[in-house]
Amino acid sequence: MRRLLPALLVVAGWALLALLVGRLPLEPDRIDLERILLSPLAAGGLGFDDLGRPVLDRVLTGARTSFLVAFGVVALSAVPGVLAGSLAGYLGGRLDAGMVLVMDVFLAFPGILLAIALAGLLGPGIDNLVLALATVGWVGYARLARAQVLSLRQREHVVAARALGSRAPRILLRHLLPLMSAPLVVEATFGIAGVVIAEAGLSFLGLGVQPPEASWGSMIRDGVRYLLVAPHLVLAPGAALFAVVLAVNLLGDALRDRLDVRSGARERRTAA
Amino acid sequence: MGEKLLEVFDLRTRIGRGPRAVRPVDGVSFHIRRGETFALLGESGCGKSMTALSLLRLLPPAGRIAGGRVELDGENLLALTERGMRSVRGNRIAMIFQEPMTSLNPVMTIGSQIGEVLELHKGLRGDALREKTVELLDAVGIPDAARRHGEYPHQLSGGMKQRVMIAIALAGEPDLLIADEPTTALDVTIQAQVLDLLRDLQKRYGMAVLLITHDLGVVAQMADRVAVMYAGQIVEQAPARRFFDTPQHPYSRRLFQALPDSSKRDRPLTVIPGSVPPLDRDFTGCRFAERCDRAWLHCRTQAPGWFDTGADAGVLCHLFDPGLVPETAPEATQEAGAASPEAPAESGSQPLLVVDGLQVHFPIQRGLFKRTVGHVKAVDGVSLDIPTRRTVALVGESGCGKTTVGKGILQLIRPTGGSVRFDGDELTRLRGERLRKRRADFQIIFQDPFSSMNPRMQVGDIIEEGMVAQRIGGDRAQRRARVEALLQQVGLRPEHAGRYPHEFSGGQRQRICIARTLAVNPKLIVCDEPTSALDVSVQAQILNLLKDLQASLGLAYLFITHDISVVAYLADRVAVMYLGRIVEEGSVDEVLEDARHPYTQALLSAVPDIEPDSGRAIIRLQGDMPSPANPPAGCHFHPRCPKARDECRRAYPPETALSPTHKARCFLLP
Repeated sequence: MRRLLPALLVVAGWALLALLVGRLPLEPDRIDLERILLSPLAAGGLGFDDLGRPVLDRVLTGARTSFLVAFGVVALSAVPGVLAGSLAGYLGGRLDAGMVLVMDVFLAFPGILLAIALAGLLGPGIDNLVLALATVGWVGYARLARAQVLSLRQREHVVAARALGSRAPRILLRHLLPLMSAPLVVEATFGIAGVVIAEAGLSFLGLGVQPPEASWGSMIRDGVRYLLVAPHLVLAPGAALFAVVLAVNLLGDALRDRLDVRSGARERRTAA
Repeated sequence: MGEKLLEVFDLRTRIGRGPRAVRPVDGVSFHIRRGETFALLGESGCGKSMTALSLLRLLPPAGRIAGGRVELDGENLLALTERGMRSVRGNRIAMIFQEPMTSLNPVMTIGSQIGEVLELHKGLRGDALREKTVELLDAVGIPDAARRHGEYPHQLSGGMKQRVMIAIALAGEPDLLIADEPTTALDVTIQAQVLDLLRDLQKRYGMAVLLITHDLGVVAQMADRVAVMYAGQIVEQAPARRFFDTPQHPYSRRLFQALPDSSKRDRPLTVIPGSVPPLDRDFTGCRFAERCDRAWLHCRTQAPGWFDTGADAGVLCHLFDPGLVPETAPEATQEAGAASPEAPAESGSQPLLVVDGLQVHFPIQRGLFKRTVGHVKAVDGVSLDIPTRRTVALVGESGCGKTTVGKGILQLIRPTGGSVRFDGDELTRLRGERLRKRRADFQIIFQDPFSSMNPRMQVGDIIEEGMVAQRIGGDRAQRRARVEALLQQVGLRPEHAGRYPHEFSGGQRQRICIARTLAVNPKLIVCDEPTSALDVSVQAQILNLLKDLQASLGLAYLFITHDISVVAYLADRVAVMYLGRIVEEGSVDEVLEDARHPYTQALLSAVPDIEPDSGRAIIRLQGDMPSPANPPAGCHFHPRCPKARDECRRAYPPETALSPTHKARCFLLP
């Protein structure tokens, strides 16, 4: 647990920042041409960007964008994905066959390219970015949920519930969802890390947040032009991105191990 | 008697560290002579497998041997280096495990898996290696060994895999073969083949065998000497004859009394109350005292010593201490329980369930477009009546379709043909809401009490589930009251409602499952091997409970099982299934005492009897059950039938009525 403390702190700080950043006395958009490209050593803080805006303030406000996009995309892809996947798996038949076909079609596209195409079609902006990434992202959850349901529905307590006359929604909610939550939660934590990077990528291409609003991805894109004269423009948001993704991944790993312990314990017991 | 091959002195094994370490083996001493079979008998969790693993020093990672000596031909195995130990394993001591399905490597041919041992311990290479491998496969009775040599484990049946495991064990020509429940995962007819083979090989190679089992019947057939383990200790040791004639330790006696059979039909089985104590603490008195009917104060305060009762025999029990005069408790008061009140005669009453020509065929689909290329005829024309308040047993080996019959009747799998009439309603035509409502009348209890409950739900919610689904039992408070009443009815306490399934033992979980079905007031319960995952003493508790409930609630049971002794104890009628069809049906006495179909006869004779050398002719069936996707033409049983005639290959035999209640399908019958 102590090993995870830094990761927990990073994620908690990220969330807190996203909630409170509106109330902090930050000036991410204040242009001051006298401070253009000043380095942290010369000007303090994290230095200033090509329009003289304070990089520290922009990194902090960028946290909110990343956070909103990450959780928005994960929620928008996990909920419909799990719903579609578990229904297809439980009901089977034509619905299942059709759903599998749809999922295969989505998977046939390279995910990020599809998101780029969609974001281009819908036009730039955070809401469209979230939509585009969720359109690509739900398939993973749907496949996972379907596979879980297919194996769990054979279990005898599910058969017993059917024999007692329980209706399908009740069986899904009480017997299937609680048991498949473990892998889904783990998938979601890894999803968060993936989405933060995807947002940075799309913003880097100019399809994400629009200027003057800050996101870590757009900051890196803008900073690249000055990489040789003012590397702090790229390093500061890059480090933030790196820390958050690493922390979320570490937590995801830990969560997976924690949830797996139970199955290990069960095997030991039956072997004895 | 031969010289001593293996001697074990005061062996102690710990799993885990600190004061909560589990002690599955706690001071075990025994010896095995050359060429003899020594059986270690005990219920699950008593430490018998851990004893075997300790001998080979193959303990799980957290385990360690805390003391004692293991001497093989005078050499202390516990003092050997790991390298020295490797040359013992597979070479001088070999082991076969319970589960042949997972003991073989699925991506290696069976020939190369046997060859591995020969290469390692005998240094064979090339043609000599291949020759020896084929010879071994031949020795364990695998037909066409030269061709089978190159096959993979999935191409073999369970019995064949266990033969391959035995061949691997034999490859090192061991002095001692440890067989850990070698036949528990196999069907009785296959079990009989494998036990024959083991006995035969033992004679031929002069091996000693350490047989680990929970099955008294297997012990009676195989063992020269027996040791009974309980809670990490050997509590009784004796030559097999003597043990089966006069078991000494109260635990051993109880084990015999808890075995169901036909002679105990009209009274409840003797049960051993409670369950095996956890092994993670110090014991002050006798470990069995809590469950013993003959325990007195002394037993709880002072651990008993070992008392010799004859040559090679001894008991760990205060009752045999000549220095103590036991205030003998009256023996076996529980046995004198009154016979359960008989249900009124069934004559004239309509059968509760009438199954007629039930078919469950599963399509086999191949290729891109899922074309149907054939059918697995899991159930192919089964007809069966179940009267109210009666128990009909459906008997057969695994894969014969008996579970599918149960699920087909309950409409959990939709039958593809035939009719199922329950109380006048045709269930196969009921759909949707009407079927859902009707489901309260017929319920199911499963074999595995671990997977049949949702691990994330509390016991109270599990039992309440049926009432919620059927909208019966009034408001929440009334339902909770009923849950508590049900818990008491199945022998648990009301406060158990707030706990989770993993806090209960196997027998208790099965009680919870029974309470769950009772909650919706069913008329028929399909019991799908409800006791085969349980130990003998716990099985007796569950069988008694089922019998009591039948008497008090008027339930009908369809009892699906492979265990003939349970059938003899519980059933009123018996139907024997082979490959999707019923081959013989009749009252329990007719079928068990006067079986007419050759398959029934073979099945009954293959059940190991606890009377050693009872002189019964045992009919050995050749081969395995064919696949239901491609059943043999004519009578399905003819390829294995010792009495098959020409006409058996051509047509499926018609039904022959042997008495008003007894019928069978065989050409040999008049």
